[in-house]
Amino acid sequence: MTDLANSTVHLQADSVECSRDDRLLFENLSVEVSGGEALILEGRNGTGKTTLLRILCGLRRPDEGEVRWSGVPIEECAVDFHRHMVYVGHLDGIKRELTALENLRVLQTLSGRGRYTIEEALEAVKLGGFEDIPVHFLSAGQKRRAALARLLVTDARLWVLDEPFTSLDVHGIELVESLMDTHLSAAGALVMTSHHQVHLSAGVVKRLNLSES
Amino acid sequence: MSVWQAFIELLRRDLRLAMRRRAEVANPLLFFVMVIVLFPLGVGAEPNLLERMSAGVVWVAALLAALLTLDSIFRSDFEDGTLEQLLLSAQPLSVMVLAKVVAHWLVTGLPLLLVAPLLAMLLGMKSEAMGTLMLSLLLGTPVLSLIGAIGVALTVGLRRAGVILSLLVLPLYVPVLIFGAAAVDAAASGLPVAGQLYILAAFLAMALSLAPVAAASALRISLS
Repeated sequence: MTDLANSTVHLQADSVECSRDDRLLFENLSVEVSGGEALILEGRNGTGKTTLLRILCGLRRPDEGEVRWSGVPIEECAVDFHRHMVYVGHLDGIKRELTALENLRVLQTLSGRGRYTIEEALEAVKLGGFEDIPVHFLSAGQKRRAALARLLVTDARLWVLDEPFTSLDVHGIELVESLMDTHLSAAGALVMTSHHQVHLSAGVVKRLNLSES
Repeated sequence: MSVWQAFIELLRRDLRLAMRRRAEVANPLLFFVMVIVLFPLGVGAEPNLLERMSAGVVWVAALLAALLTLDSIFRSDFEDGTLEQLLLSAQPLSVMVLAKVVAHWLVTGLPLLLVAPLLAMLLGMKSEAMGTLMLSLLLGTPVLSLIGAIGVALTVGLRRAGVILSLLVLPLYVPVLIFGAAAVDAAASGLPVAGQLYILAAFLAMALSLAPVAAASALRISLS
């Protein structure tokens, strides 16, 4: 666990191909991202951004090619990979009946402790004072922030985010961008899709447009 | 973080969730009670007839009540995305599936087990058979939850999974029903029941070791 945490972060997709319902989304696509880099996927709706993210985090297998984490195919190092990767998708992955605190505690137990405690993470996403309220009673933006607090409570070096800014207001977006900056300057890596303009001041930003490929 | 801690944490989460949606949890129990209470009204209150049928009726009602609750093992987790997070957690998925199945059984199977003797008494079951009834349900209902988990894992991605789930799971439930009811019948007639109970225990051992692995693979397919 420790040797991977100390070594540099490197995720590589090697000539992956994926089709859905007999429609080819992309083929022979290679991307890579290392510590301190942000990869932003762009493209029109239905060009396979979410599918590519799901392939990169191991939820879906590519039809061809493979995804490697520090040079090892992710199926072979699943536990290590998952410990160092966090995925926030379209769905929040938060139980409505539980409080933010309870939700994060379960996630932390499943994926290992990180730099922040749960209270600190909730404070960082401006949800301090809401930790004991069932998520059900929070607004959509607050719920999204509770989901994003997940990025902080585990020791994830790679963040995979699918439209992280959905239902966040201007302040929320700024907040998440600053969290991303901190993550990138701490040599973390980031892969994300967004329909919003992303303003990052730290790290190397790479863009990939799936509509053109 | 050890696997055991994660198992306990997930089990506690599911039990806590069950506590917060009590109405949903009470449903299968109500169903179980109603079927058994209505039965004598339908077939007539002839004591001999009811007593002879009691083992089968209690077992069939328990089986259908279990079937009714299966979808809840993974459905809500699938819909709010926590299932994705479970797949991406740094813990073996089969152990996490087992934690969810154990929670499901504690919430739906155990209450049935506890009220079963009362309802069996209502049908006039002989008191000698009560112990066997409890024991057969104790061995049998976890098997229903475990087998059901495989079926739900396979169908959780489908929008209307009800019918196909029953078709997948019911044939696998039949042996449990046959041996469970047979054990109680044998006990009521004063015959030895060890054979049937051993077979139920064998089903349980097999389901405990194989079902979590099968359900975990099925979940990976359903979510890809």
